[in-house]
Amino acid sequence: MSDLSLENALAGSTSRRRIRAFDAVVLALLILALWQAIGSWTKGVVVSPPLQTLVYLFGLLRTWMFWDHAAATLQAFLLAFALSALIGLALGLIFGIRRFAGEVAEPILAGFYTIPKVTLYPVVLLVFGLGISAKVAFGVMHGLVPMTLFTLGAVRNLPPVLIRTAKVLRLSPGRTMLWVLVPACLPDIVNGLRISFSLSLLGVLIGEMFSSQRGLGFLLVSGMAQHNVPLSTAVVTMIVAVAIAANTLMLRVGGRAARRPNP
Amino acid sequence: MTRRRAVLCVRVAVLAALVILLELCCRTGIIDPLTVIAPSDMVASMVDLIGSGELNESIASTFSTIALAFVLAIGLGTLAGALIHRSPRLRDVSDPLLASYYSVPTFIFYPLLVALLGLGKPPLVVLGVLSAAPAVMISTLSGLDSVSSVLIKMARVHRLNRARTLWWIVLPAALPRLFTGFKLALSYALIGVIAGEFILSGTGLGYAISFAYQSFDNRAMYGVMLFVMLVAVTANGILYVWEGRLARRRSAR
Amino acid sequence: MSAPAVSEPSHVALNEVIRHYEGPPAIHALGPINLVIRGGEFFSIVGPSGCGKSTLLDVLSGLVRPTGGSVQFEGKELHGEVPDGIGVVFQEDSSMPWLSVRQNVGFGLRTSGLAKAEITERVDHAVSFMGLNQFADHYPAQLSGGMRQRVCIARTLVLRPRLILLDEPFGALDQQTRLLMGDELLRLWRETGATVLLITHALDEAAMLSDRVGVMSARPGRFIDMVETGWPRDRDSRIVSDPKFGALTARLWSSLREESLKTMGRAA
Repeated sequence: MSDLSLENALAGSTSRRRIRAFDAVVLALLILALWQAIGSWTKGVVVSPPLQTLVYLFGLLRTWMFWDHAAATLQAFLLAFALSALIGLALGLIFGIRRFAGEVAEPILAGFYTIPKVTLYPVVLLVFGLGISAKVAFGVMHGLVPMTLFTLGAVRNLPPVLIRTAKVLRLSPGRTMLWVLVPACLPDIVNGLRISFSLSLLGVLIGEMFSSQRGLGFLLVSGMAQHNVPLSTAVVTMIVAVAIAANTLMLRVGGRAARRPNP
Repeated sequence: MTRRRAVLCVRVAVLAALVILLELCCRTGIIDPLTVIAPSDMVASMVDLIGSGELNESIASTFSTIALAFVLAIGLGTLAGALIHRSPRLRDVSDPLLASYYSVPTFIFYPLLVALLGLGKPPLVVLGVLSAAPAVMISTLSGLDSVSSVLIKMARVHRLNRARTLWWIVLPAALPRLFTGFKLALSYALIGVIAGEFILSGTGLGYAISFAYQSFDNRAMYGVMLFVMLVAVTANGILYVWEGRLARRRSAR
Repeated sequence: MSAPAVSEPSHVALNEVIRHYEGPPAIHALGPINLVIRGGEFFSIVGPSGCGKSTLLDVLSGLVRPTGGSVQFEGKELHGEVPDGIGVVFQEDSSMPWLSVRQNVGFGLRTSGLAKAEITERVDHAVSFMGLNQFADHYPAQLSGGMRQRVCIARTLVLRPRLILLDEPFGALDQQTRLLMGDELLRLWRETGATVLLITHALDEAAMLSDRVGVMSARPGRFIDMVETGWPRDRDSRIVSDPKFGALTARLWSSLREESLKTMGRAA
């Protein structure tokens, strides 16, 4: 047992990196092959094969129609994400600092999170009507709670000695929050942002799939309805690519925030 | 102990207050009954629907779909997680995938699944598994990681064979995190299946809500909605409490 | 280095034992070690950190195969498997958080094939021997570090091992608790008649508890001194007041000090 762990620690990291890169390429090729297989096996009725999709996508990116839809999604998403992030941050800080309120609220929030929020969509539509505010509401419905819970957890896990230090230094509550609390909780907050990002996007897209005439979600569903398979495949591919790219970026940023020496 | 009770009381009070507030707003007409109906009406509607047996088919359909997706997700997820854990190379490849998996809105694949598998249970089950299995994989990996090496050493000192080491040491040690995975699996499978039923399906509770909405039958819609919410909260709540009990025994009071 | 009394049979024998790690970089962690431990002896090993003490224990117990040389336990050579009759108490807490104290203690007897009544009797005896009666149905998370180590020792005790290996078992405890635990260990040793090998970084502990102390050099660990303490069998922690105790500790430190400096220099 002891020599295995020692060997792992001593193993050359360059060769490991090379193997990892190789495996990643193999995996990518496998995925493309699978995609191609499903595409050709179903004769393009379900998904269009990778190359065709790529070509179609590039064509799509040159149309005014596409950007109109993308802009609609982007607009709703950015609003939803911003609201989720800010409100979530604020609520999380409050519930984290006020322990009792936090203990009361946490299971309620967690419970709300387990409800299939799609089932509440009709209510949102009835309240907000069709349009962008409904979409933003969907996004916030999905993205708010995780942000709150992550922030709450971060504040709660703060080492008490930091607060004591702030008191000894006689910092005002505002300064304590800004100079001590938020920086100390930053890694978890960034994590919360990352999750909230994905979920707000999900909420907006599903909302568009359900009840909209504009947006990428709508484009996806209408593509299916018109049997325009390359369109739906292209939209899905694009969304997946954007989601993964954004997530990877946020992981990097978060990683840098986490690697700071711990306060 | 008393603090816990105090928290519980306040929580119940807050929820009750919200419900009462909603009830009052609806009854006094501040909220339009065409938008939201009063909670008491929601309950009445739900009781009617269940009592008359109208919902039975939908309930059976949804529950069986969720159960199937749940079981498959746990089975596949645990197996995959265990296999990945044994191979460092496989782990190196899978870690980034699993880390980004939940950033992709898997739901966008649902229409594709329907095109592939037709309308009905199969795409819903697949959607449920796609939503839930990675969470199980992640928590299986985390659980296996958490088995401290001194326990494995101890197993060797006691000369336990591989099967016994797995069953008596690894599994109990990893159980808390595994269980978290199961809890998430239920949550995600439930959400995935009902969302699928809602957007694009012919049966199930999700479809029932969608149908009621499109038929302008607010009363039925809210009745089913309430039922779905109660089911979700109860099922997850049970697992949550169970999880807490498991954890509490093992961590310092 | 290895001078067994002819009248006492050797219980454990290490012959030219060497242990290497392949790396990169390659590390010569231990040896060559030549050591004979007599049956019923209480033998301690002290040495600077990183000298290979824990590796020696791994080799002795059969958890790890030596790169060179041989290990014999009760006349039979070890081949990378832990033989029957050896108990190990690790440095880290190896109590199982999901079992109660009583269940933890009885764990090793699950595969023993003994009758339930006998198991219960042995467990009860071990639990009361280690002073855990009050906590028998508690869980490790509710106990202090010292009590958890007592649980681990009790678990080893029920197996009636003939050789007990302890790797810095009291390292995480405060000094006073350690002295008391040392007394417990001596009681255990006398009660079971087992051979005990204790690895410790605390010189006073080694000097007080053992019949013989081996001093290891810095890595690669080799024995540079063997000290016979000559204590009577029924001793306890009060022998610290014996003048011989000071002399023993001083001798151990004089042998060890240079090796420790070497290790520090290397670390710096």
